[in-house]
Amino acid sequence: MLKIVKQHIIRSPYQSLAAILVVSFSFFVIAIFALLGAGSSAVLKYFESRPQVSAFLKDEAKPQDVELIRSRLEATGKVSQVTYISKEEALKIYQEQNKDKPLLLEMVTAKILPASLEISANELSALKEIAENLKKEPMVEDVIFQEDVITALSKWTITLRKVGIAIGAFLLFVSTLTILVILGMKISQRKEEIEILKLLGASSNYIRLPFYLEGIFYGLSGAFFSWGLSYLALLYGTPFLLSFLSGIPLFPVPILFMLEVLGGLLGLGLVVGFLGSFFAVARFVKSIK
Amino acid sequence: MIKIEKITKKFGDIIALSEISFKIEKGEFVFLTGPSGAGKTTLIKLLLVEYLPTFGEIEINGEKLSKVSKNKLYLWRRKIGVVFQDYKLFPDQTVLENVALPLQISKTPSAELNEKVDKILNLVGLSERAQLFPAQLSGGELQRASLARAVVTGPEILLADEPTGNLDPKTSAEMMELFKEINKKGTTILMATHNRGVVDSFKGRVIELDKGKLIRDEAEGEYQAKDQKSNIKSQKENKDA
Repeated sequence: MLKIVKQHIIRSPYQSLAAILVVSFSFFVIAIFALLGAGSSAVLKYFESRPQVSAFLKDEAKPQDVELIRSRLEATGKVSQVTYISKEEALKIYQEQNKDKPLLLEMVTAKILPASLEISANELSALKEIAENLKKEPMVEDVIFQEDVITALSKWTITLRKVGIAIGAFLLFVSTLTILVILGMKISQRKEEIEILKLLGASSNYIRLPFYLEGIFYGLSGAFFSWGLSYLALLYGTPFLLSFLSGIPLFPVPILFMLEVLGGLLGLGLVVGFLGSFFAVARFVKSIK
Repeated sequence: MIKIEKITKKFGDIIALSEISFKIEKGEFVFLTGPSGAGKTTLIKLLLVEYLPTFGEIEINGEKLSKVSKNKLYLWRRKIGVVFQDYKLFPDQTVLENVALPLQISKTPSAELNEKVDKILNLVGLSERAQLFPAQLSGGELQRASLARAVVTGPEILLADEPTGNLDPKTSAEMMELFKEINKKGTTILMATHNRGVVDSFKGRVIELDKGKLIRDEAEGEYQAKDQKSNIKSQKENKDA
């Protein structure tokens, strides 16, 4: 049976190539959207897991003042974590962030950096309220929170997901249609051969199966090529993305994740290939039965 | 046994076959003759269930065609071997692959398949041509390959539609020898032909059609004897004149 499929593919190489290229291109775009979607979700998760409110304390704040603020925050039940950053720890963080800029390091000492409380909220919606409460604290100098960044990122991720699904669905439809049309042409070209096979006692399944397998082959090879291309694109873009997303631990992308992407693409390829060939065979069912 | 009972086949208003009835016993060699358009090919196609009769019934070994479900037609066709005038071999497959195809279709185990293919290629004298493609064969070789493919599964019935139509007299005679040999092994053969030479050289039963009607059904040898008599008579008349 596989020999028959091979013959079908080799006998009309340009049609076969066209099918594989269209499926590959469609799946490449889908893979890119999948990677962007997964990447933006990871970035969002990263920001959500980071302290979302920073309360800078006045220099005169004593440990008991800090504990008082901490207990008040925890009593609201809206915070998941409160971390105290002393002046010395703030300096270490500053030095780590600016280790390549010696000039900046020279000018800063622990004295001029404020101690702070880093707070993570249970829900993003509580950020504003937490920040407002902190501003009322007498020992708090200033409060900053990342509500805008996270809201914007969240919106962007949702939009990306929606656009990706819409474009992906359209391209999957195009791929299915391409396989349907190309296999339809191939079935039509082989009408006489199908007639002979029928007269030789071939069952309907014997005649249909090579076409189903051919469609699945196009789907799977398109999925595989597109995965390879998207992986190459990701590796090529890694240096740029690393500097663009500095500090966010996204890279290197785990191989297991890429294998999951491959599995997903192959699954889609299988479905697209089978559906395309199924409809092509169904369209010409009279000549096959 | 093939039983054809009051078969009529119409294509629109055109009557291709009209109330044809005859029986063919197991192991018989029957010629189906008549001019072009007599209905020979229509009858062959009805036996292959390429289409159904408008009226009447076809029976093979007691199994009525009208009772065979569409999904089981392929099993009906496996009982019948068929040889075409234009060979209908697959051009991108070798002789061996073409001949092995019906066995692959019926999922014959490979050891048995190889044995049967070797045997049949030997019988038709194509063992040395097994790896060639149809385009590399002569007309006679193509028809022998087609015959080998038709009988490789050992069908009970062999239908041949003008198998010598594209062959020269010498190759036709060689082909007929092969058909004879296959018939001797017990295969029932129904051969449609309008080649008088082929019919005359072989003392088989002759069923003659004309304009869709059965006009003659002569037992083995009768047709040739009558033909001989009429030839002698016409020769005499010519002499007398």
